[in-house]
Amino acid sequence: MITVRFFASLREQLGTAERRLPASDVHTVAEAWQQAAGGLPLPDNTLAAVNQEYADPDTPVREGDEVAFFPPVTGG
Amino acid sequence: MDNPALFDRPFDPWPLVAAWERALPGGAGRHGASAVFTGTMRDFNEGDDVARMTLEHYPGMTENYLRRIMDEARERWPVQSCYIAHRVGEIRPGETIMLAAVWSAHRREAFEACRYLVEELKHRAPFWKKETLADGTARWVTRNTPG
Repeated sequence: MITVRFFASLREQLGTAERRLPASDVHTVAEAWQQAAGGLPLPDNTLAAVNQEYADPDTPVREGDEVAFFPPVTGG
Repeated sequence: MDNPALFDRPFDPWPLVAAWERALPGGAGRHGASAVFTGTMRDFNEGDDVARMTLEHYPGMTENYLRRIMDEARERWPVQSCYIAHRVGEIRPGETIMLAAVWSAHRREAFEACRYLVEELKHRAPFWKKETLADGTARWVTRNTPG
């Protein structure tokens, strides 16, 4: 399985913090979004991470990976 | 060592700075400069009065990136020690949001490395602010203010 996590405004927009997907359906970060976001287009400026490292839409995703999507960060 | 600290309740940065300085590797006398930055929650933003704020983070990734940013500062400048602390959860105006501190032999690397810690944290560490205005409406903060 692939775990897909959403944070901040994306979590609220999608109404969920986490979705689990069969790894056979997901090969890249972009596919993880398509499968997990229920048809919502990827909002501009969305950041992605695979296993808690920043990633790109074409970053490969494998069984057991954690993929995260979130808006620009605003700490400090 | 040099682990970042995340606090889910108010913290006073100054005793932390003093405690960290007492425990510096090599003991007293090794550093000639320290640079300290603290960020405090304002009661206004984008022209509106702000009553409180929630700081969300990505447990694990946040700590990893703070650690990495400190490692990068140590690689780029000859610093003796770095420290970062940051709030998470519910926060109110006047409370400290973050602390970044650097100790080094000379002032230039202390100032530059401390600035690096702050700017890199703001651009890379996964934290998100949601503010509640005085009239009760809530909104996500969508961008950093220019440094």
